[in-house]
Amino acid sequence: MIEAQLLTKRYGEKTAVDRLDFTVKPGTVTGFLGPNGAGKSTTMRMIVGLDAPTSGSVTVNGRRYGQHRAPLQEVGALLEAKSIHPGRSAYQHLNALALTHGIPRRRVDEVIDLAGLGSVAKKRAGAFSLGMGQRLGIAAALLGDPQTVMLDEPVNGLDPEGVLWIRNLLTGLGAEGRTVFISSHLMSEMALVADHLIIVGRGRLLADTTVRDLVREAGGNTVKVATQDPAMLRDVLAGPGVDITGQVGSEELHVTGLSAREIGLKAAQHAIPLFELSARTVSLEEAFMDLTRDAVEYHGTTTGIDTPGRAA
Amino acid sequence: MSFLTATTEPQAAPTAPTRPHYRVTGRRVLRSEWAKLWSLRSTWITLALGLLFLLVFGLIVSWQFAAGNLDSDFDRSTAVDLSLFGVPFAQLALGVLGVLVTAGEYSTGMIRSTLAAVPRRLPVLWSKAALYGLVALAVGTVGAFVTFLVGGRLVSGTSAAQSLSDAGVARSLLGAGLYLGLVGVIGTGLGALLRSVAGGISVLVGTLILVPGLTSLLPSSWQENVSPYLPSNAGESMFALTHDSSTLSPGAGLAVFVGWTVLVLAGAAYRLQRNDV
Repeated sequence: MIEAQLLTKRYGEKTAVDRLDFTVKPGTVTGFLGPNGAGKSTTMRMIVGLDAPTSGSVTVNGRRYGQHRAPLQEVGALLEAKSIHPGRSAYQHLNALALTHGIPRRRVDEVIDLAGLGSVAKKRAGAFSLGMGQRLGIAAALLGDPQTVMLDEPVNGLDPEGVLWIRNLLTGLGAEGRTVFISSHLMSEMALVADHLIIVGRGRLLADTTVRDLVREAGGNTVKVATQDPAMLRDVLAGPGVDITGQVGSEELHVTGLSAREIGLKAAQHAIPLFELSARTVSLEEAFMDLTRDAVEYHGTTTGIDTPGRAA
Repeated sequence: MSFLTATTEPQAAPTAPTRPHYRVTGRRVLRSEWAKLWSLRSTWITLALGLLFLLVFGLIVSWQFAAGNLDSDFDRSTAVDLSLFGVPFAQLALGVLGVLVTAGEYSTGMIRSTLAAVPRRLPVLWSKAALYGLVALAVGTVGAFVTFLVGGRLVSGTSAAQSLSDAGVARSLLGAGLYLGLVGVIGTGLGALLRSVAGGISVLVGTLILVPGLTSLLPSSWQENVSPYLPSNAGESMFALTHDSSTLSPGAGLAVFVGWTVLVLAGAAYRLQRNDV
């Protein structure tokens, strides 16, 4: 469980994180989405106490991260920036972290196997590819067997095999009932693993929602149907969970809650001729873009105007 | 909504009685820092270099003295002076390694892993400073004694001849070891304070080697008051065999040098505690 309350981080004039309120609930995979520069990494650094909030607070399982006796057992974090000394081997790196908590060597071997690093565990981490480095970071995050796993842009720069590995890992962690908090600027990637979404732009909370709701709000999974007698078709299709909209005088109806196939069959049963029948799926990507467009554009063009007012 | 099939429904968190009880303790942070110190090649190389500087320079000078090849500056040298000829060189190696121990974590990003594991932060600094200080102390002391024992034989028949039981000899050699240990601690402090390998090394070299030369720019009445308290001069008093009115006694030198060390460490602790990483 991660709880942020009015979490704010300012760097001089620039507000990187702006009064963020959210809760990452236990046992869910929560996606932390936003365009580049939205404050995701800063937020994650504040969660593990590397950056101190300017104001507000963020707690992990009810306490500030630094107040836990065994922080690695509470939250395992993979941060975006490289956090490894290139001169140490994967084994030495993990062992050094394990020693601070009294985590047994057995567990170090376990996470090395889990991350698929067995064959390179004794090699200098400096010689690792990006994907290997990312696996080492994830092995470190899992070292304390934490209930909450937090990963910042874990698929960034990975090859398809690496992306697939991370995706399966996240799904697996979620299935084990762990809390997974994962940031990305790629909605499509999130859609595959996350059930809950926290969307930010310019440091502000834009949406705290589920994948399902986000799509619904964006008008997703609508079927467009055109007929000569929309009123009659309306009556035929109406039912629980079915939502039909259409403008007066128009032959078009927008139906949610029924598939194109079901609509076609029902229309045929009642001998209603259809001129058009097409399923229109709003992709998550579109929904995300709609939501963050303002934040991105604002960021690019009017920062200079906005800043003095907010810094005051 | 086929894309939802891969997601998982929220579940109750599994109960935790079987989970092991880990805990961060001071002793464990020490063990971790010990493992980190010795798992880097730079530690072995730089320590070997420091030891080598002590031995090689001390022995070469002793050998040249015995052969009568040195100029008149060395006429009144003692076996201790000659043995400790390598100290200024060894202090660079040991001080630089001290900087690397802390600043190296910042330049590589390792510090984020370190502080995520030990979010209280200060135990990391104390552990690094204490462990590395002891290592530098050990290397310095062993180096000083070995150089004296071997170099002392080289000059045994000359005016410089001294034995370990002579007054002040053992104290000088121990003082040199202690000085090198504290230089190591100052290095770790500077590295943590400046968070930069280049910056830490520059300041270290500047204060230990360049600043003493700059005091000649001061009015002479100031020189007498300032000069003995500079880190390098106070440190030198710790292991010098003879003392005059312009230098501190070994005890006072030690006190002043420890004071400098504490000052640097306090600055490092302040920054570590306050600043984001």
